[in-house]
Amino acid sequence: MYRGQSGQWSWLLHRVTGLGVLLFLLVHIVDITLIGFGPQVYNESLQVFGNPVVRLVSLALIASVLYHAYNGVRVIIIDFWSAGYKYQRQMFYAVLALTILSFVPMAFFVIAPVFGVCPQGDCNAIPM
Amino acid sequence: MATRVTTNPKVSPFGTTPKPGAGSGAWETFSWYFFRVSGVALILLVILHLVIMHVTNDVSSTTYDFVAHRYANPFWRVYDLTLLTLALLHGLNGLRIVCDDYIRTRGTRLAVQSVLFLTAVFFWLMGTMTIITFQPGKTVAASILGLLHH
Repeated sequence: MYRGQSGQWSWLLHRVTGLGVLLFLLVHIVDITLIGFGPQVYNESLQVFGNPVVRLVSLALIASVLYHAYNGVRVIIIDFWSAGYKYQRQMFYAVLALTILSFVPMAFFVIAPVFGVCPQGDCNAIPM
Repeated sequence: MATRVTTNPKVSPFGTTPKPGAGSGAWETFSWYFFRVSGVALILLVILHLVIMHVTNDVSSTTYDFVAHRYANPFWRVYDLTLLTLALLHGLNGLRIVCDDYIRTRGTRLAVQSVLFLTAVFFWLMGTMTIITFQPGKTVAASILGLLHH
């Protein structure tokens, strides 16, 4: 009843996204440390994040954070609401739907500059 | 000789971890609550952080001057320090749980947990140093020397 069912997938996704976000966190702590070496070093390192391939990594990070956050709420609801377990599968689908719904608009802002669309301002200001 | 550690199946049919029962100790119960409390706080902290860095601004425009402007307000330093601390502890404690699922001998578990603990200390000190010592126009070395002179 468990293997291959929504419960196993939600658990596996929670784990994989959690580990992915943790890995990024450790890298991110190292990259912000570069700010202590002055504007030139930091601004140069920042250009990495403008790279289209690295933008795809950012998308994976954002999707992981959103899923992990919503599924975390689902886990807490199952823990503290006595009838929560009865709706675990419906809540899993709600988590997936919310993840996609909130991911799409955020993804637009992250990926648009690759196609020369800069909703946040001047495209020329963005080092690619 | 390696001691086998008996473990309860950690995973319920619903993909969540049951609250540690009798015999798990106060530490595991604290850890269980910490995941939930820090998790709720992190939802707000991380999502706002992502929106600021990837939606209202493009990540490539979050330059040195951007940070200098932002960190002129101590609120964002406290915000980032809270985010750093909770995310590191939540994440590395999560990794500890994952490792415990696969490592069944007490000695190896202790070794892995020691490494995770040292990782937490190392990265926390690194991030904290960056957040606290950042002064526009000064390198981290100059900032620390400046602090020592006062």
